[in-house]
Amino acid sequence: MTNPLTRDEVAHVARLARLRLSEDELERFTAQLGQVLEHAADMNELDLEGVEPTAHPFGLINVVRADLVRDSLDRDEVLAMAPDAEDGRFAVPRIMGDAP
Amino acid sequence: MSAKSVAARVRAGESSAVAELENSLAAIESRNAELNVFLHVDDEGAYRAARRVDADVAAGRDPGPLAGVPVALKDNLCTRGVPTTCSSRILEGWRPPYSATVVDRLLAAGAVPVGKTNLDEFAMGSSTETSAFGTTRNPLDPSRVPGGSSGGSAAAVAADMTPIALGSDTGGSIRQPAALCGIVGVKPTYGLVSRYGLIAFASSLDQIGPFARTVADAALVLEVIGGHDALDSTSLPEPAPRLLEHLDDGVAGRRVGLVRELLEGADAEIVAAVNAAAERLAAGGATITEISIPELHLGLSAYYLIAPAEASSNLARYDGVRYGLRVDAEDVTSMNEVTRSAGFGDEVKRRIMLGTYALSAGYYDAYYGQALKVRTRMIEAFRRAYADCDLLLGATTPSVAFEIGAKAQDPMAMYLSDVFTIPTNLAGEAAISVPFGHGESGLPIGVQLLGPGRSEAGLFAAAAVLEAS
Repeated sequence: MTNPLTRDEVAHVARLARLRLSEDELERFTAQLGQVLEHAADMNELDLEGVEPTAHPFGLINVVRADLVRDSLDRDEVLAMAPDAEDGRFAVPRIMGDAP
Repeated sequence: MSAKSVAARVRAGESSAVAELENSLAAIESRNAELNVFLHVDDEGAYRAARRVDADVAAGRDPGPLAGVPVALKDNLCTRGVPTTCSSRILEGWRPPYSATVVDRLLAAGAVPVGKTNLDEFAMGSSTETSAFGTTRNPLDPSRVPGGSSGGSAAAVAADMTPIALGSDTGGSIRQPAALCGIVGVKPTYGLVSRYGLIAFASSLDQIGPFARTVADAALVLEVIGGHDALDSTSLPEPAPRLLEHLDDGVAGRRVGLVRELLEGADAEIVAAVNAAAERLAAGGATITEISIPELHLGLSAYYLIAPAEASSNLARYDGVRYGLRVDAEDVTSMNEVTRSAGFGDEVKRRIMLGTYALSAGYYDAYYGQALKVRTRMIEAFRRAYADCDLLLGATTPSVAFEIGAKAQDPMAMYLSDVFTIPTNLAGEAAISVPFGHGESGLPIGVQLLGPGRSEAGLFAAAAVLEAS
């Protein structure tokens, strides 16, 4: 069976998933992911017309909690675990434009 | 010693929580270097919890049903201030600012969490080999895997480091290692145990459950950790089920379906053990009917699209901004990319990409959409089976514990080791793996009992019948 996935598709998916893959990884993952998709081809032979999809077992719906004030996480404790923080906020490298 | 007897002795003042903790720490000390079971032993927190239990006993207060019982926690369960890694470089060094509900409930019941156990990275695997911190070895044969993903928790109990442990089961990650390590493992009904503080892999499938050496201990733990939690919106609205009072109910008059598809492809010695278990249940008064549920064949395909799809979304949060690893780069997108590429191992990358692909424009209907419909079919098929049967019986795994490295380079072969456990997760139902006999190699075999949602009391009663033989 031919691989349902191409190397270019894998490279595209990696970009969507914010992953940078080496040439070697691209090669391996294309083959390995192709195998999984080939196995999944058994589902495509089914007639599932009109079958409702299930995203969640026992779908509980409209779950709400009591509107009570409770403690939230301690800000300092949370920020202490961040790679970088400044003025009580998470700090990140520049997002757009040139560096100042 | 069982958790039940440890708690009884501690409550009666015949032992102390500190003494029990010291036994546990000594057992860890003697074999952890060899087996790589615990990633972190929290001596300080454990002594604090143990002393509190002993102070309660001294003051005449009941510390609870797990008084002084050491417990091992899979390292995807958040424990405030204690390193929690998911066996991933991307969370190395992270100390959660809150504890999982199950951890709080264990503490409130008098249990003493001793540390965090190894797992496949982000619980993605069936052997503990995808851990970024090395493979856990099976205590019964260190050349073999303990199973996974909760391999460390299973090994902790099998090596007598702790009488009980918690794991999480997304496609078999409690039942499979329990079978390979010769202990009891339970995948509770979806929603029975709060997932608050369980680091998410596939949210519609993940469920926390116990490992124990005895069925009674597993029931005891599940009574403690189960029941509604307002912090998990998928938590069932009722309190934990009463299990211990039904342990001796037996199986007289119960209709048990022996499922052909839950034996297909299994080694002959596994099939023989399941057949022997069926005979044992029949001797206990159950009626055994051989049944076929062809839809179970589709479980693996549906699972390996649904679980990665949910994982690709859940793991998007590891972006180097709020916690864990950051690898610096010139702009934020590059930082996200180099951080994730350095922080995740191969199996996690594979699943993120598989999920991203299954959810991407043009493929959504063919893969993810189709898998969700298969899931509906699976639920309907189980429902039909449960119209004629009270519970189902099959193998937990196709083979006994395999050699380390045997499947590590072949993802599809590894995925197939979950073929009997996956359907229960897709249906959101309950199942338990109980040790029943041994293979030719002397390694244990687990048989699996499955039931509809909220059928735990009946499952535990049947498991107790198998255990007694």
